[in-house]
Amino acid sequence: MKKALGKRIKEGIIETTLFLSALSSVFITISIVAVLSYESFGFFKEVPLIEFLTGKEWTPLFAEPKFGILPLISGTLLTTSIALIVALPLGLTVAVYLSEYAPHRLKEVIKPILELLAAVPTVVYGYFALLFLTPILQKFIPDLSGFNALSPGIIMGIMIIPYVSSVSEDAMRAVPMHIREGSYAMGATKLQTAFKVVIPSAFSGIAAAFIIGISRAIGETMVVAIAAGGMPNLTANPLEPVQTLTAYIVAVSLGDVPHGTIEYKTIFAVGITLFLITLVFNIIGFWFRKRIREVY
Amino acid sequence: MEDIKKRIAFIKFWNGMFMIVGLLSTFVGLVLLFTLMADLMIDGFPRLSYRFFTSFPSRFPAEAGILSAWVGSFLLLLVTASAAIPLGVAAGIYLEEYAGKNWLTDIIEINIANLAGVPSIVYGLLALGLFVYFFKFGESTLTGGLALALLILPMVIMATREAIRAIPNSIREASYALGATKWQTVQSHIIPYSTGGILTGIIIGLSRAIGETAPIITVGALTFIAFLPTSPFSSEFPFISFKWLLDPFTVMPIQMFNWVSRPQHDFQLNAAAAGIVLMIMTLLMNGLAIYIRYRFRRKIKW
Repeated sequence: MKKALGKRIKEGIIETTLFLSALSSVFITISIVAVLSYESFGFFKEVPLIEFLTGKEWTPLFAEPKFGILPLISGTLLTTSIALIVALPLGLTVAVYLSEYAPHRLKEVIKPILELLAAVPTVVYGYFALLFLTPILQKFIPDLSGFNALSPGIIMGIMIIPYVSSVSEDAMRAVPMHIREGSYAMGATKLQTAFKVVIPSAFSGIAAAFIIGISRAIGETMVVAIAAGGMPNLTANPLEPVQTLTAYIVAVSLGDVPHGTIEYKTIFAVGITLFLITLVFNIIGFWFRKRIREVY
Repeated sequence: MEDIKKRIAFIKFWNGMFMIVGLLSTFVGLVLLFTLMADLMIDGFPRLSYRFFTSFPSRFPAEAGILSAWVGSFLLLLVTASAAIPLGVAAGIYLEEYAGKNWLTDIIEINIANLAGVPSIVYGLLALGLFVYFFKFGESTLTGGLALALLILPMVIMATREAIRAIPNSIREASYALGATKWQTVQSHIIPYSTGGILTGIIIGLSRAIGETAPIITVGALTFIAFLPTSPFSSEFPFISFKWLLDPFTVMPIQMFNWVSRPQHDFQLNAAAAGIVLMIMTLLMNGLAIYIRYRFRRKIKW
């Protein structure tokens, strides 16, 4: 009898420990929100929110600092858009090919290799953008500056192809076979079936894949920190140097900012902006992915 | 009739075209990966020597090496692994084996999915606010390792859950039928059978941690360190010292970043050499993970 009690206590302790481990993830989220809001609260006491959101200049380290986030947002949007122009069509094509055309064996080999693209350290991609791609692009576009938004954008696009293709492919594979067979029975080719039947059926999954890609591109740091130039520049011209939200945080952190100064607080204000933007995309993506389990 | 034949030929042509385009797009990634490797090799290979691994960074590019960087990477990985693996695996086991279907479980699940999408630099800011200034760990190996542990935690949890989910219920039922308690079932069946999948996830997570730069920069890793952290072994009692946990550090990706950002060409060659080492490490780890996944999938047939 006593032994059974001891056993129950042991089981209880173990279960509680495991539960606390699972709960720790919630504490991580709470601490992210707490740290970001606590530190940026100090920032917004000194800089009005309106000025932060509408100001067209971002010069926090100047003698007369200006705190308008728009140049960083525009830099982020610019590099992200370029990355998406590369990643979305390529990623979707790869997904359609792998799910509808490729022989099973080829797929088994290709998929893990494609995933390596996402595993390469981002600092290596940064090196590649700055010292390999930019010089090549400069041969075609003579007035491209050494630091620009174009080349890190393209490299980021290649980097996020696996995120896009992998989730889209999963969604397309989930489309039941009899739907395709119905289409083939009507005399449709694989291409027609893929684009008129499979893709529309897998729409929510593909949308989720795109959203994940966008969120990755917005949060990507090292490629832009190395190759985009680090100049907060309110522009839509991909040939000019820009600075993104993430690259700004890196640039300031490198300077070893003293705790409690306004420069220190800016990185948290920029960080919370970045966090909120990606959070919105993650929630939309999550919502789309939930709908993959749609009943056909 | 002719019209229909033409139309069919047209449709078939585009079908064939797409097949080629699809195959080419699929290989674009591979070609790029290959180009990337080749480019690094051409630039950096001559710099790879024994001295490169055993020298500290220096103002003179030809004498600079990655000693402090790879030692730092190794120590950081040690901290990351010892924090992320137990926590992540325990959380995964709880969610798959113990958790009931209620709102708290839902919150934890949604939360983990969301954490996986948080940009890595935000983890850096969290670590800066929490570990550096709130817990006062300083800009140390401990802080850096913990930041990376938080970053890869969702990955470890998800891999654990997936591996456990693949175990059929009959195994659990057989264990309970013999009178085993829940933990006994988990300990002697669930954990051993899911080891392959969990290991795959852990290795992929660690390979990501080794290449991560952004969160480490925000917690204040130094870019120029010409000394090694305190040795974990000392000649006096108690022989093992944990002082290295609070020492300043640098890691491979930061060393590479530092060299890339310099205008001198010779430093960029060093960056390429460091890039080769980094790439080889991540490719090896990912290769190992793919191999383990393959082996376990073949060995176990339920």
